[in-house]
Amino acid sequence: MKEYLLGNVAIARGILEAGTGVVTGYPGTPASEIVEALAPFASKYGIHVEWSVNEKVALEVAIGASWTGARAVSVMKHVGLNVAADPFMTLAYTGVTGGLVVCVADDPFCHSSQNEQDSRRYAQFAGIPCLDPADPQEARDMVIYAFELSEELELPVLLRPTTRVSHASSDVVVGQIKGRSTNPEFIKDPARWVMLPAHARPRHTVLLEKQDAIRATLVDVPWNRLVLRGDIGVIASGISGLYAEEAIKQLEADISILRIGTFPPPDGLCSELLEHVTKVMVIEELEPVLEEYVERLARKHNPDLEILGKRTGHIPRVGELDTLLVRNAIAGMTAMPLLDVRSVKEADEILPPRPPALCPGCSHRATYYAMKKAFGKDAVFPSDIGCYTLAVRMGTIDTCLCMGASITLASGIRFAGEERDICCSIGDSTFLHTGLPGLLNAAYNNARITVTVLDNSTTAMTGHQPHPGTGFTVTGDRTKAVSAETVAKALGADFVVTVDPYDLNATIETFKRAKVYQGLSVVVAKQTCSIIARKSGIMRRPFTVNKENCTGCRKCVEFGCPAIEFDEAHARINALCTGCGVCAQICTNNAIEVIE
Amino acid sequence: MRTSVCDIVLAGVGGQGVILLSNIIGKAALKAGYSVRGAETHGMAQRGGSVMNHIRLGCEYGPLVPAGGADVLLALEPAEALRYAHYLSTDGIALVNVYPVHPTTVTTGQFTYPPLEEILTPLQRICNKLKTIDATKLAVNAGNPQAMNVVMLGALSEHIPLREEELIEALSESVPAKFLEVNRRAFEFGKREV
Repeated sequence: MKEYLLGNVAIARGILEAGTGVVTGYPGTPASEIVEALAPFASKYGIHVEWSVNEKVALEVAIGASWTGARAVSVMKHVGLNVAADPFMTLAYTGVTGGLVVCVADDPFCHSSQNEQDSRRYAQFAGIPCLDPADPQEARDMVIYAFELSEELELPVLLRPTTRVSHASSDVVVGQIKGRSTNPEFIKDPARWVMLPAHARPRHTVLLEKQDAIRATLVDVPWNRLVLRGDIGVIASGISGLYAEEAIKQLEADISILRIGTFPPPDGLCSELLEHVTKVMVIEELEPVLEEYVERLARKHNPDLEILGKRTGHIPRVGELDTLLVRNAIAGMTAMPLLDVRSVKEADEILPPRPPALCPGCSHRATYYAMKKAFGKDAVFPSDIGCYTLAVRMGTIDTCLCMGASITLASGIRFAGEERDICCSIGDSTFLHTGLPGLLNAAYNNARITVTVLDNSTTAMTGHQPHPGTGFTVTGDRTKAVSAETVAKALGADFVVTVDPYDLNATIETFKRAKVYQGLSVVVAKQTCSIIARKSGIMRRPFTVNKENCTGCRKCVEFGCPAIEFDEAHARINALCTGCGVCAQICTNNAIEVIE
Repeated sequence: MRTSVCDIVLAGVGGQGVILLSNIIGKAALKAGYSVRGAETHGMAQRGGSVMNHIRLGCEYGPLVPAGGADVLLALEPAEALRYAHYLSTDGIALVNVYPVHPTTVTTGQFTYPPLEEILTPLQRICNKLKTIDATKLAVNAGNPQAMNVVMLGALSEHIPLREEELIEALSESVPAKFLEVNRRAFEFGKREV
């Protein structure tokens, strides 16, 4: 049966077909849809599906499930694996019982990320196999195989889609959904599950001994394909293999090609190609993982081989690849004419930029406006990862490093001797993800900073996933709702005040009190995400500009709400207005009125 | 050598329904027996940002349409048509909704939005055929301004190798039943425009 599926949904389908018992993850583009697509099937197939608090937690829950004999998967974006790196590295020593797949989506070009790291390096680092799908079909097929491979080798397997696989759609052949395995039982085995030094040392040896078994097992997989033609060759991994195949077809060139879908790559097929050609181009996104492997292998099989790739500047080291880029790289290697990349000069000259922006009525904009009013533009404003980072033009985002780093950077900036006021901001989901240890640390070590929790009761940026503060699980079931205020107090903050950012004066006054507080102050700016509010039917009366009172001072326009425009001499409020009323409070001429 | 039967680039603004359109076209292509590849913009690019999706009918390679290779550019917003015009092939067709959506860089006065002629002139120059459509108005006439994307789908239906029945069937599977009538009207209005 064929279905038109998003890559991430195809991965979810594979997870379902494999009879998985436990699914964990934390939202992050481009991986979020995998867990979301599985949630509706949880009760029918008896699968535990959860949004975990963060990736380390997610992976550890999945490990527990695997050690109890269930098939388990943990899903995250590439930078999430940094958070989960601690259990991940030692997991390779302990190994698994039930098949365990760590699904990590990489993001070449940083479409929605703070870096371009390559998760294949992590697999190499840990000494576990990595599967690199080229398209949604391979992604679905590979997940099912990954569970089998994991059980055969008793190792976790890393499945590494990229943005153009996770967010590609295509026709996908799907299979039957298998029931999950029964009789799970945790079998005590201290030598494997208790990583005391005395146990860890022999497990390290076991892991090293498994490396040959990994290579031997991956020899027969269908995702490593060699087509021998002329004496010029291409080796390409994952989606780059599709770009290379299309380019060779377009060029009608007599070029040998080896497509790679596994790491470690297949020594046999690779050496066969290297011995057949006089020149080879290695095509891959992100790090030169395959290229370094080919260089090592060529020393043995074809020392005179000319190897082109990232090291020689023929393939870019940054960003993502596409067919045109790969086509021109291959054409250049074979002295065929290059295609010009079409450009339309007017597009660069006359078009206004259209960056993503905070929504009309977004409460974060109001919070930042109030923050700046109270703290002034000279204060230091560390921030974090979420929709609110889009407010960078408001002057209240001075840093964005990784999840949870706002509070800790603020602390470090204070401890370094910075004397100006410091007010950091962090979203509710991010606060619960990795903000908590930072807040505890700030309280413990007496950091005199203000922490603002931008609490819109959702994980908005990645598509409105629930989190422990919302009172709902991924499957829509009610659960305990944790309040940011209670947690902040429990972690040691004395000054904890909640405000409604739509009440601008109250918010400014609260920030002023926090600013002079001699210690750690926490302001929880609480207001429902405007998208969620609209979807749940919360309607407020929209506002309009009374032109008689409007002096054209542009104060409201500079607030930056997409619902406010400027019409030659006056402000104008368009149909996007959600009725939050913040601009009416900013206007000093009483020119913005609610439409009665 | 051609590596797909028909390459389509869809451009617009986050929230205009570009992903829904991609899904409808993809499902219809499957009904027609084509292999299909699509690339979507999720995450950061939404929130009112510029959005571009690719759909390749009869293609077994990667999901990205090579720049200079699109047979059709379907733009739900005029500035976004020009922003992605370099994807069009010289034989390509541009179908453009002329109703502008101002980005915050314009509403806050940092940039100006160019007059429509300045957007359309270069488009005219670089492609084989340019067709402008007042899709937002036609959607209002059909009963719901949100159906603008489906007006554009109707216009597109005349230029891609998919039958109207396949597209309508995929449309019915993709929108709530209560909006189907408005959407079918919107589709018809768009189809009549080209």
